[in-house]
Amino acid sequence: MANTKDTMTVKVWRGDKHGGSYHEFAVPRQDNQTVLDVVSWVQQNRDPNLSYRFACRVGMCGSCAMMVNGTPRWTCRTHVNKVLDANTLVVAPLRNLPPIKDLVADMDPFFDKWIEAGGHHDPSASRYDAMPQIAPDDTKREVANESIECINCAVCYAACDTVAHNENYLGPAALQRAWTLYNDEKVNDTDAVLAAVSGKGGCHNCHSQGSCSLYCPNELNPMRAIAGLKSATIKHQLKRGR
Amino acid sequence: MIKGHRNHPLWYAYALHRVSGLTLVLFLPLHFYVLSLALTQPQRLDGFLHWTEIPAVKFAEMGLVFLLSVHLLGGIRLLVLELLPWSPRQKTWAALAAGGALFVSGTFLLNAV
Amino acid sequence: MDIRLYMAQRLSAIIMIPLVFGHLGVMIYAIQGGLSASEILSRTQGSVFWFLFYGLFVIAVSVHGAIGLRTILSEFLRLNDLALDAIMWGFGLVSIFMGARAVSAVTWL
Repeated sequence: MANTKDTMTVKVWRGDKHGGSYHEFAVPRQDNQTVLDVVSWVQQNRDPNLSYRFACRVGMCGSCAMMVNGTPRWTCRTHVNKVLDANTLVVAPLRNLPPIKDLVADMDPFFDKWIEAGGHHDPSASRYDAMPQIAPDDTKREVANESIECINCAVCYAACDTVAHNENYLGPAALQRAWTLYNDEKVNDTDAVLAAVSGKGGCHNCHSQGSCSLYCPNELNPMRAIAGLKSATIKHQLKRGR
Repeated sequence: MIKGHRNHPLWYAYALHRVSGLTLVLFLPLHFYVLSLALTQPQRLDGFLHWTEIPAVKFAEMGLVFLLSVHLLGGIRLLVLELLPWSPRQKTWAALAAGGALFVSGTFLLNAV
Repeated sequence: MDIRLYMAQRLSAIIMIPLVFGHLGVMIYAIQGGLSASEILSRTQGSVFWFLFYGLFVIAVSVHGAIGLRTILSEFLRLNDLALDAIMWGFGLVSIFMGARAVSAVTWL
């Protein structure tokens, strides 16, 4: 492949859950170009069989998350000139999830663990009860608010080595959601929330590597949320023991 | 250093904590065995301790002191993270742990030579 | 790693904070002028304090190290829970036994 300064080398992973390999393309460079632009160009101009996901292409939906030069990113929000390494881009499906085809990862395990961690609302009141008055500057509400903007893109899940090595581990996103539930006045049974994150794949497996918080495109902090869960589970366990 | 998603300070802190813990836990049985020679074969203990006069061994000892110190100080950072209110300065604490460990092991080395 | 193992590991860690600081201090003091069996034993022989200090240290480090080892093995080897627990208990008990021998060797109580 000729590498003039007008083109770059792009290696794209092709395959499925049984395995695959990298296919190489010479892609023209533009002044303002995102990795999503590059992947789209490959599919439109070189290989119409390439499968990949995107939706909003403006950094809101998280669908375009892929591994770019070894780091999980939203490809629509990743400028090529920020990540190009020796005039080369390596694009692969999100780590820690089984690939369906090419750059499309199977999100089922991610969402299964979201549910397993308690990612569903168990209300403490019915429509006939008075609404709890929660002030926006209530301490617990502020803590919960810091973590609720997760859009389930799985970048944190792909970044985490504990997820990679421990198939039971619920992962940063699911655990962060549990933390928001723990701090939510409207949740019925916070003991159940803590129990859901204290099992084999629970929050106690986290080694605080911090890749989740570093790479979250919404600048959330799952590492902090998980530390909060650890603290809450210990305090709860000690109270119960008495 | 390492390419990809692992190339950031807190990941290196995690790696150092894990490597130091593993090295220390594998060293422990050897450490206990050598000390127990004082019970059964005191001359052999002195024989072993003689090896510690070799410079390479002193550097190795410094290495172990560094690993113990960094595991202790890094471990304190983790206990604070998990049991006390959140501090956003995790990279700073990790750097202080590594620096503190260098200080302790450097003090050890200077006293060993 | 479930909550019980986690709590045991964190508790043993907290117990060891002053013990490790003490041990580091002892090491820096003792290394001056070289190491010898008689120098070490003159400090520790017959000492109730060192017996308790290092006795507690041996128990705490054996618990802490065994659980840590189990965690590392669980993440890098394909072993089932039974095997992991067996290795953890095996290592922990051997460590306590060897450490107890070492402590009694130097304190001779």
